[in-house]
Amino acid sequence: MNNDLILKVEDLKKYFQAEKTGIWSSGDKQVFALDGVSLELKKGEILALAGESGCGKSTLALTLMNLEKPTSGSIIFDGMDITNLQGDAQKQMRRRVQMVFQDPYESLNPIMSIRDLVAEPLIVHKLFLDPQERETRVRQALEDAGLKPADVYINRYPHELSGGQRQRVVVACALVLNPVLLLADEPVSMLDVSIRAEILNLLADLRREKGISVIFITHDMATAANICDRIAVMYLGRIVELGSTKEVLAHPHHPYTKALISVIPIPNPRHRRKRIILQGAPPNAMEIPTGCRFHPRCPAIFERCQVDDPALMTIRGNHQSACWLKNNGHSKA
Amino acid sequence: MSSPKNPPALLEVRNLSVEFMPNKNTHLKAVQDVSFSLHEGELLGLVGESGCGKTTMMLSLLRLLPEAGRITGGKILYRNQDLLDLEESQMSDYRWKEIAIIFQGAMNALNPVRTVHDQIAEAITCHELKTPKEKLDTRVNDLLEMVGIPASRGSQYPFQFSGGMRQRVMIAMALACSPSIVIADEPTTALDVMIQAQILELLQELSRQLGLAVILVTHDLGVVAEICDHVLVMYAGVTAEYGDVDTIYNHPVHPYTQNLIKAFPNLANPLDSLISIPGYPPRLDALPAGCRFEPRCLKAFDRCKIDQPPVYELKDRHQASCFLVEGQK
Repeated sequence: MNNDLILKVEDLKKYFQAEKTGIWSSGDKQVFALDGVSLELKKGEILALAGESGCGKSTLALTLMNLEKPTSGSIIFDGMDITNLQGDAQKQMRRRVQMVFQDPYESLNPIMSIRDLVAEPLIVHKLFLDPQERETRVRQALEDAGLKPADVYINRYPHELSGGQRQRVVVACALVLNPVLLLADEPVSMLDVSIRAEILNLLADLRREKGISVIFITHDMATAANICDRIAVMYLGRIVELGSTKEVLAHPHHPYTKALISVIPIPNPRHRRKRIILQGAPPNAMEIPTGCRFHPRCPAIFERCQVDDPALMTIRGNHQSACWLKNNGHSKA
Repeated sequence: MSSPKNPPALLEVRNLSVEFMPNKNTHLKAVQDVSFSLHEGELLGLVGESGCGKTTMMLSLLRLLPEAGRITGGKILYRNQDLLDLEESQMSDYRWKEIAIIFQGAMNALNPVRTVHDQIAEAITCHELKTPKEKLDTRVNDLLEMVGIPASRGSQYPFQFSGGMRQRVMIAMALACSPSIVIADEPTTALDVMIQAQILELLQELSRQLGLAVILVTHDLGVVAEICDHVLVMYAGVTAEYGDVDTIYNHPVHPYTQNLIKAFPNLANPLDSLISIPGYPPRLDALPAGCRFEPRCLKAFDRCKIDQPPVYELKDRHQASCFLVEGQK
């Protein structure tokens, strides 16, 4: 594996057994949560994973964390195959991949002080057993997460902090283990607009100062656009478009990406555009359509789409799209 | 907007103030001196951070405040009738029939064991007693079609509907008694962007077709810019700024509005760096002595610490509460 890569995911699949819907149902239905995801992440890169609910974004994160066992495919993390790790090896790996969760109002235990919360991962992983060292490490993590000086915060409880500060504590809990990869699942969607930029800038700083790679899971491409180097758009368990943020936003190729971009509200009334509103049933991961999985909702469908399943194809440079359409409207090629 | 040709406002709120009294000695000024107007077919966006008084103000309009809340001043003129002068029994002629409300998260409050049709019918019979069965059924079917749900799905239960569809049911319920104003409190907050776009399109369409006035309560500046005509920006219970969308987004005068817009990611200029507004809104029991935004304001000067700025009327329904605009017209 290329030395610049921190993560390489190949043809990753995760199928869940569907719950029985009634007493006579056979219960052999499957949910195709991830249906062949391939992805590479460079060291120090921030990648956005965008898509609607149910497209598999969070399943991908859980699978990368080894919290779900993939059905097939492989995950290479920092040169090591971690697809089926167990026991100690798995724990070692998890230390280096940490998650930042969505809702800092729910994810912090209200009866633990900030010190205890941030120290807990160290206890779980039996690191820095000396109390003095542990204290130093906790303080360092808090300051790295922008809670400076740590003295002000370390003895407080979550309810004494604002939403932005709480989210910084969540980030500190991840940083205390010195991870090289952060999986941030909608890290700002629960925060007020006026403080979102704080957390986004914090993630950007961590990348710059510590070279931490980030997978930024979001349904909001406008937020993603701000700090991410590349965007991967997911639809029904698969990546349908992948490219640099600038390229994907300026020249989206896949009709799904185009629609998704067109409905993102722009905070300027002078930029009101025609929204491409997708009709048809919302995607159901139990029944993947034949051919292109997007074809039942696609405004640009033609015959081939119903039969052949498109894989990611190169549009230009690193820009890839899983769509049979020719390189449409891409004049600057 | 203020030309004499225009009909009088449907709703005019003047200097509304609301207090909460959790106990005898505590007076929390949740809303102070807020004024705005709403015309037929107009979409007003009400934006602000959590806890800025958006929901309190909406509840006051229908006099639905919780027990500890009290309207302490101002007027709520609906077609020139001050709703605050009415007896409680008269208020029910206005609730739902004239002003309906889609509560935040209400789509999750549908009764799981009754059909959607029944629940919409109930909204009608609650207010218009003795509606004949056939008339009722036709009306419910019309309402369902109006919000884009096939009438045949009326016999289904809420669990058979997706989040977006349930929100459509809520909108149908709000329209049940043909109100002139619908207040939608965070109607798209829990929904995906694509579903959000569908719901916004629906609200816009209804406003156009029925001449419905909509107050859209949200924290999402993008949504407001997309569909609203006017915007009221609230901060800690006071009007920060009020005006038409173009003024608010392109020529904001209040430092809070200016920063809030820069804090919101804009896909049209994705690489603009976002700013954050340091600090957080004051608690209602510890309001600053002067301007409520002063502790977070980069343009604050001495006077801001001492005096609370009044709401200055600028031209064309534009208001701002900042000393920086004093004397401007």
